[in-house]
Amino acid sequence: MKVHPFRWIAQALLYAAFAATIALFSHWPPYRSLGDGQALLKISFLHHGQRLSACVEQTPEELAKLPPNMRAPTRCPRERAPVTIEVDLDGQALYRATAAPSGLSRDGAASVYRSIPVAAGAHRLQVRLRDSARTAGFDYARDEVVQFEPLQVRVIDFSSEHGEITLQ
Amino acid sequence: MVVAAPRPAPRPGDAGMTALPKSTPAATSWRALEDRLDLVSPRLNPLRHLGAIAFLLFWILVGTGIYLYVMIDTSVGGAYASIDRLSRGPWGFGGLLRSVHRYAADLFALITLAHLVREWVLGRFRGFAASSWLTGVALLPLLAVSAIGGFWLNWDQLGQYSATASAEWLDWWPLFGAPLTRNFLVATAISDRLFSLFVFVHIGVPLLMLFGFWFHLRRLAHVAVWPPRALATSLLLALVAMAAIVPVHSQAPADVAQVPAVLSIDWILLFVHPLVAATSATAVWLAVLAVLAVLLSLPLLRARARPAVAEVHARHCSGCRRCVADCPFDAITMVSHPQRPGYALAQVDADACASCGICVGSCPSSTPFRSMATLVTGIDMPQQPIDGLRTALRTRLATMDAAQRYVVFGCDHGTPVNAVEAHDVATFSLTCIGQLPPSFIEYALRDGASGVLIGTCPESGCAFRLGQRWTVERLAGARAPILRSSVDAARWDVVECRRTDASILPAALASLRRRVVEAGSCA
Repeated sequence: MKVHPFRWIAQALLYAAFAATIALFSHWPPYRSLGDGQALLKISFLHHGQRLSACVEQTPEELAKLPPNMRAPTRCPRERAPVTIEVDLDGQALYRATAAPSGLSRDGAASVYRSIPVAAGAHRLQVRLRDSARTAGFDYARDEVVQFEPLQVRVIDFSSEHGEITLQ
Repeated sequence: MVVAAPRPAPRPGDAGMTALPKSTPAATSWRALEDRLDLVSPRLNPLRHLGAIAFLLFWILVGTGIYLYVMIDTSVGGAYASIDRLSRGPWGFGGLLRSVHRYAADLFALITLAHLVREWVLGRFRGFAASSWLTGVALLPLLAVSAIGGFWLNWDQLGQYSATASAEWLDWWPLFGAPLTRNFLVATAISDRLFSLFVFVHIGVPLLMLFGFWFHLRRLAHVAVWPPRALATSLLLALVAMAAIVPVHSQAPADVAQVPAVLSIDWILLFVHPLVAATSATAVWLAVLAVLAVLLSLPLLRARARPAVAEVHARHCSGCRRCVADCPFDAITMVSHPQRPGYALAQVDADACASCGICVGSCPSSTPFRSMATLVTGIDMPQQPIDGLRTALRTRLATMDAAQRYVVFGCDHGTPVNAVEAHDVATFSLTCIGQLPPSFIEYALRDGASGVLIGTCPESGCAFRLGQRWTVERLAGARAPILRSSVDAARWDVVECRRTDASILPAALASLRRRVVEAGSCA
């Protein structure tokens, strides 16, 4: 059957329109994940809280009751304390979180991740972190004025190795 | 006078058997759209070959991907530079391949989505099609993962944004000991080992998809995994043209200490990231889970009573295997004949049977010339037995009061043949035109018909995949059972009908009438 040339043209145009649509939405419209004049503050840590109970020395009688391969001189309860973090920006509460230890026995690391856009410029940043069983006060703190450049990413973390709150 | 097309009466005792449902309005509209887009030929109509196009795109992605993998340095420090070198290579070949890879991925996603919509609209998610539907839905998350993961390998700002946004979204699940996002917090956290994970995501997951394709197609026979050559060539040319006119470029190198100011984002593959940012990870996960739950439960939610499946009559099955060869759904196998040692017998898998009746059309025992009071064939549809068709044909021809009598065969899913029903035209609508044994044409002509017209669906437009193709091949003598060459070719015709053009069938009938009259006058 002979096909009218118009149909060939229409078919080609249909292909071209579809291809153009794909090429267009493969690049356009541009996307901004952060507003003008903003920076990004990421708050994250992966940290084991302190043990809820201190290790205890086992008496010879207690050790004798255990199989020979399990006779460790000290017994350490596994459960860890939750880790609490508080972040203030220019004296205003910016972020509050308490992360529970992971694992079925609550003996794993606690973790937090949050990213918060902040206005670029200088800000007073106060960070407090508690990783013990205490109910008041904090075990670590950091207080400084920080310069945020537009589109800059600053990261608040905790270094278990050095035992301090870090800002990168 | 126009009267409703008579359907062969069911056998006594078969009343109440569920027939195949008629097309829904949505299915009719989709078929009409397909017909309209047959601008040049059904072979150049992408809507008729969506699954095959998606499969071809997958292999285009594999081919271009292998080249890119050979060229890329899968390390934090080397990835960006190696892709950049590739894009600036001699004659722009590397850049062209990279762009083809990207656009093929965009097309793969869209064509797969269209394929899903088509099968949904046409109701191919229940009954015999449930297996293909469920395995197809299971492939969707794999497609999304491998598509998004591809952006990470080119460690530019877009890759950084996508990897970070993906990690933030995945961290919604409380599955990981440490948040995945910590892998992208600072530059020192990003290691070459992380790139090994990227490689696994972008190469390992597509390999899983390839395995999934096998399950997806397992229930189909004579699968057209490749689109027609003309369509495949057009597709390749379109991809190359897109790559040449709008080449894909890397954005600035990744720097996790900076948020990219403006991103040229691929909205087709990465729309989920802005969506999560605009709503929340919870909202988007719930939406994804809800969509997947609906898609996976469709076979149960929209289940209908299954129509009766093909039935084998052991005494009349010769074991010729033609039904096995013709079944589009691989629903028939051969087993040892219980009464005739050394002979084979067809056996129908009820779960896989689509109740299309194509097997009846393929069975040599379906010939109406057999001298039996009740025609029993080797394999038959209980709700529309072949004897019912022979009886109805005889009765109609015997009671038509006209000098010229015409018979028109069509199918329930194509153009309604009752539109041409008249005092001198008897119409018969079958479940699928492939259900018609070619010998019925000769039988009708010998029994008094002046001419016989067979209306089929358009090429590649059969509701049961292969009914139109087998019918055309049988009538052309290229596939058994054939129409005998001694049958006067001037007195029968076959025409492809379209739902969007109601004039085709009447015009074909008028043409047949002229030919018959001319042939008669010549004689």
